Amino acid sequence: MTVLPIATRHRSLALLTGVVVAQVLLLAVQIRAENQVRLIRVWAVSAVALAQEPYTMVVDRASSVWNGYVSLRQTRRENENLRAEISELRLRASKLESQAGEAPRLAALLEFRESYAGLPMLAARVIGSSATGGSRTITINRGRRDALAPNLGVITPEGVVGKILEVYEDTSQVLLLTDRESGVGSLLAATRSQGVVRGSGEPEAVLHYVINDETVAVGEQILTSGQDRIFPRDLPVGRVSAVQTGNPFKLIRVRPAARLDRLELVIVLLSQRGLPAAPGQEAPQPVAEQPGPREKHPPAN
Amino acid sequence: MAIRAEIEPHIEVHKYAGLHVAAAAFFALVLQTFLPRYFPRADLLELPLLVTLYFGLSRRNPSTGLLLGTAVGLGQDALSLPQPIGLYGIAKTLVGFGASSIGGRFDVDHPLSRFVLGFLFFHLHHIAFAVTRRLLLAEPQDFFGGQLLAASLVNAALAVALFPLLDRLRRPS
Repeated sequence: MTVLPIATRHRSLALLTGVVVAQVLLLAVQIRAENQVRLIRVWAVSAVALAQEPYTMVVDRASSVWNGYVSLRQTRRENENLRAEISELRLRASKLESQAGEAPRLAALLEFRESYAGLPMLAARVIGSSATGGSRTITINRGRRDALAPNLGVITPEGVVGKILEVYEDTSQVLLLTDRESGVGSLLAATRSQGVVRGSGEPEAVLHYVINDETVAVGEQILTSGQDRIFPRDLPVGRVSAVQTGNPFKLIRVRPAARLDRLELVIVLLSQRGLPAAPGQEAPQPVAEQPGPREKHPPAN
Repeated sequence: MAIRAEIEPHIEVHKYAGLHVAAAAFFALVLQTFLPRYFPRADLLELPLLVTLYFGLSRRNPSTGLLLGTAVGLGQDALSLPQPIGLYGIAKTLVGFGASSIGGRFDVDHPLSRFVLGFLFFHLHHIAFAVTRRLLLAEPQDFFGGQLLAASLVNAALAVALFPLLDRLRRPS
């Protein structure tokens, strides 16, 4: 067995102590002031994004060539058409389900698409994901040059994806619906009971603040309420996957409507305004802020 | 630029070009963010940890081992929004120091020892991460679990396959 000389060992231990203490202090500083983007984060994201984009392009191209031109030329094309059709049908089915519930909502949902036409949107390609299993973020290839800003909503035709967390020159990071820091103002489609869907760090999210007296069925659809001023109302958020009685609120698990593990293209809503309130309804109010222990982001996504 | 390994009696000397070490660490970070997009189960992998562990064990210099762990950990933190910077930095600093401190006491070229060290250091890394998260951020974090056990076995097996590839970066002594 070999032993390092005492002087060398003491020098290494002193260095270890210094480096660990410095990082603890770094953590402490961030806990107090989390709002600004750290330079090291900007450098790291920019450097990795530079490398990710060519990788993404190469893999996508290779995959496209193999699937589209060599192996499954015709089938691939049909698949793409069918997927596009399925996306459109899902959006239509989601509208129809909601319309069946209540007459005033029927009119609002019929105007859903027209109202969206007034909202500026931007398509973006997903070029990377989080470096750890603990945080749920993705990187998209749109940034400050495309007029993106923090807290803009991100969706797919299937439903809510998340919101813009940080914006860099040519890329942005999106906090997914399933991240622990995430939250979306939501309501149950059948009863219109309101709550907040929060991430749990797992593939499923949780709907909070629904009282035990409410009847909630597994499979019931959950829509955006528009209260968070990020997402327009009546966008699909997910479906109830499990319900338990809690204290004082029900414990409701939510399976996200969007396939958050297979995102390729997303849509960024370039405006934070929601749809106009329907006649007879109150104008949406922002959800009260509940800052977390180390974050100052708005609580409802 | 060459980074010199400590020369121990009866222990092989391994030297690596600094550029190769930096490139391996950077490549591990890129893959760590890139792979889960195509293979969702790839989030079990901890490539930056394996790179830190490999160079720590091979170079056997605690100072450079812990500094490499710090750099890789901070890089991983920076790519893990909204997590604050420092959690992985501290964990990988400890791994870099621990690996380089014991590197001279085992035959780290044997596949079995690589598997065992990969398994043990994965759990050491996770415990350091969980303790930091609980103490400094007051956030819940499990110490053990089925998922963690599976991840540690996968990463230990990957260490056996990956380390021979990294051995090719060694400079002839």
